[in-house]
Amino acid sequence: MKRNLHPYFPLFVLPTLLAFIISFLIPFAMGIYLSFCKFTTVANASWTGLENYRRIFSDSSFTNALWFTVKFTVVSVITVNIFAFLLALALTKGLRGTNVFRTIFFMPNLIGGIVLGYIWNLIINGVLGFFGTDITYKAAYGFWGLVILTNWQLIGYMMVIYIAGLQNIPRDITEAAEIDGASRWQIIWRITIPMVMPSVTICTFLTLTNSFKLFDQNLALTAGAPGKETAMLALDIYNTFYGRPGWQGAGQAKAVIFFIIAAAIAFIQLRLTEGKAAKER
Amino acid sequence: MKSYTKIISCIAAMSIMTTLTACGKKNNSEQNAVSEGQNGQTAEKNVTVRFLNFKPEAAPVYEEIAQAYKDETGNTLIVETAANNTYEQTLSAKMSTPEAPVIFQINGPRGYANWRDYCLDLTDSDIYNHLIDKTSAVSANGMAYGIPYAVEGYGIIYNDEIMQRYFALENRKTDFVSMDEVNSYEELKALVEDMQANAKELGIKGVFAATSLKSGDDWRWTTHLANIPIHREFADNQIDLTGEGVKTLNFAYGENYRNIFDLYLNNSTLDRKMLGSKITDESMAEFALGECAMVQNGSWAWSQISSVPGNTISEENIRMMPIYMGLEGEENQGLCIGTENFLCINSAAKPEEQQAAKDFLFWLYSSETGKDMVVNKLGFIAPFDTFTDTEKPTDPLSREVLRWMDKENAETIPWSFTVFPSQNFKNDFGAALLQYAQGSRDWNYVTETVRSSWETESSML
Repeated sequence: MKRNLHPYFPLFVLPTLLAFIISFLIPFAMGIYLSFCKFTTVANASWTGLENYRRIFSDSSFTNALWFTVKFTVVSVITVNIFAFLLALALTKGLRGTNVFRTIFFMPNLIGGIVLGYIWNLIINGVLGFFGTDITYKAAYGFWGLVILTNWQLIGYMMVIYIAGLQNIPRDITEAAEIDGASRWQIIWRITIPMVMPSVTICTFLTLTNSFKLFDQNLALTAGAPGKETAMLALDIYNTFYGRPGWQGAGQAKAVIFFIIAAAIAFIQLRLTEGKAAKER
Repeated sequence: MKSYTKIISCIAAMSIMTTLTACGKKNNSEQNAVSEGQNGQTAEKNVTVRFLNFKPEAAPVYEEIAQAYKDETGNTLIVETAANNTYEQTLSAKMSTPEAPVIFQINGPRGYANWRDYCLDLTDSDIYNHLIDKTSAVSANGMAYGIPYAVEGYGIIYNDEIMQRYFALENRKTDFVSMDEVNSYEELKALVEDMQANAKELGIKGVFAATSLKSGDDWRWTTHLANIPIHREFADNQIDLTGEGVKTLNFAYGENYRNIFDLYLNNSTLDRKMLGSKITDESMAEFALGECAMVQNGSWAWSQISSVPGNTISEENIRMMPIYMGLEGEENQGLCIGTENFLCINSAAKPEEQQAAKDFLFWLYSSETGKDMVVNKLGFIAPFDTFTDTEKPTDPLSREVLRWMDKENAETIPWSFTVFPSQNFKNDFGAALLQYAQGSRDWNYVTETVRSSWETESSML
């Protein structure tokens, strides 16, 4: 059967391949080409060499955004995963109403980023209003606002993945450990966590890329205020591309750098956790 | 087994074929439509014109216009509207598609610099020949590329009913009996501060509506208000607005800007620390509901004010006055009147589409039906000689603009903010203003930001 189907391989692959080329490869190649050009629309580009890449560092907005994004990503990856894992642990203990809680915790994930951003903007401003200020007053407010928002949105989703991982741990291993006199902490540390390493890999990967690429939540919650201090990379690229005539090329160049960083991080991270998961097994 | 495989692959192949042909069909039918259009053009001249509209509030009116145009001339006009504050994005995206707009608009010389590859020379068009003030068009090298289509004005809009309430107060500290007596910053300040002190008796929360400083909603201060001191500076130095001279700015009248900005902040419905999340719509709603007496905005705001549910302002009580900030000779200052809306025709479009676009524009601004739509539905004060003196919009704010235009000794301030370097400059400026309002930065920081951001952004043009 396999051999018989083989001649048709190109035919079956064709639709997906076409879609992939049209919607990914071509725009991607064009994007890289455009980062070396001066243009208003994608149709009238003229080659300018490395000028755009030089422009990126002519002001501090890109480096600021990069630094802010890195800080944000580190904090949110850690918090999201810890909270999601703890929730998953609690909700696999067979408490009453487990399913209701799982559904409720998952629901924020179904709301779009812009809406979430505006909702949290109202909530945070409502709270800060008691102290006679609002979220635009300090970059720290915006930073923690974003962390809270991201946690609220992603925890439910990651929790579901962790629950699936936890439920796959064979009961006999934990039972054997209990009989051997292992404490609860030892069981979590020596059995549960190593056993859910594949889930950890997926979850850290998802939170990492999600936080690094965050755009709509950032736009709706702070839009960079105060100044550009809370603008993350994606928002900074957007502002460069659309806010400054003649800077479209520089915006494109920032996007290329953004891609390289994101790809590198994802690659390294996958390598690290995969190696670890394999070793634990 | 073998036949089974064959059947699968046959079905798969067929399904692929149908999808492919479906795509092909769509393309064909589109091509047909285009070629029909072309054939039709030679016979009875019906070409489709695409128009990318800048004003979301005018979108339904443009639909009516398209219908009227079709009824009268048989030609099709397709109107697409960019959502609020996304015109540049929408235009960039649409321009590189086969459905590129034939008529689009730019916001002045800066917009032209960005879109010059797409702007058709309109010097010989009917619409340009009927433009009253030829210098108001966006031109380069003696050729006109952008035609202004609506004159608008802005100033401080006030609710005369609340003013009358104030003038009737017994314990007030000023002697004014009418707003006509207020024609300088000192007088305005005295009036406003006394009104703020009596806010409770007047039934208002504050004199001025909230100074909306949310990023993206700060244009009333970073463009409109800033226009006045910056225009004065250019005028003092006799700077040619089309030349290189606009690339540096001292912000010499920054202190005057600060005067009026402080007045807005300190006599407002809202504490100055809370302004970072306020948007213009909220300020306009406060004004419409009678929670404040004054708001800085322009002639386009009437539809917004009148559409607020429960608004308490009647047409005859809404007035507009100039923005005084303590500049020399401001007793004769008028409103800021001008335009940042310039129509352009896409030079990359087909010649017959360009001709059809010119025909449409001339029809809109010269035929009886078109003019009626412009005056009564769009509410534009159109700068063309095809309009008679009676063909002027009648909404209260446009009436105020016309009243100030006709006033003797009232010196109108043109819209020089069309030469502001970029949106990024305005964003930097707005962010600095917010930090000043919140008290985390001082005024020197604002001045420095204006100067340096103006310079960096200009050098990149």
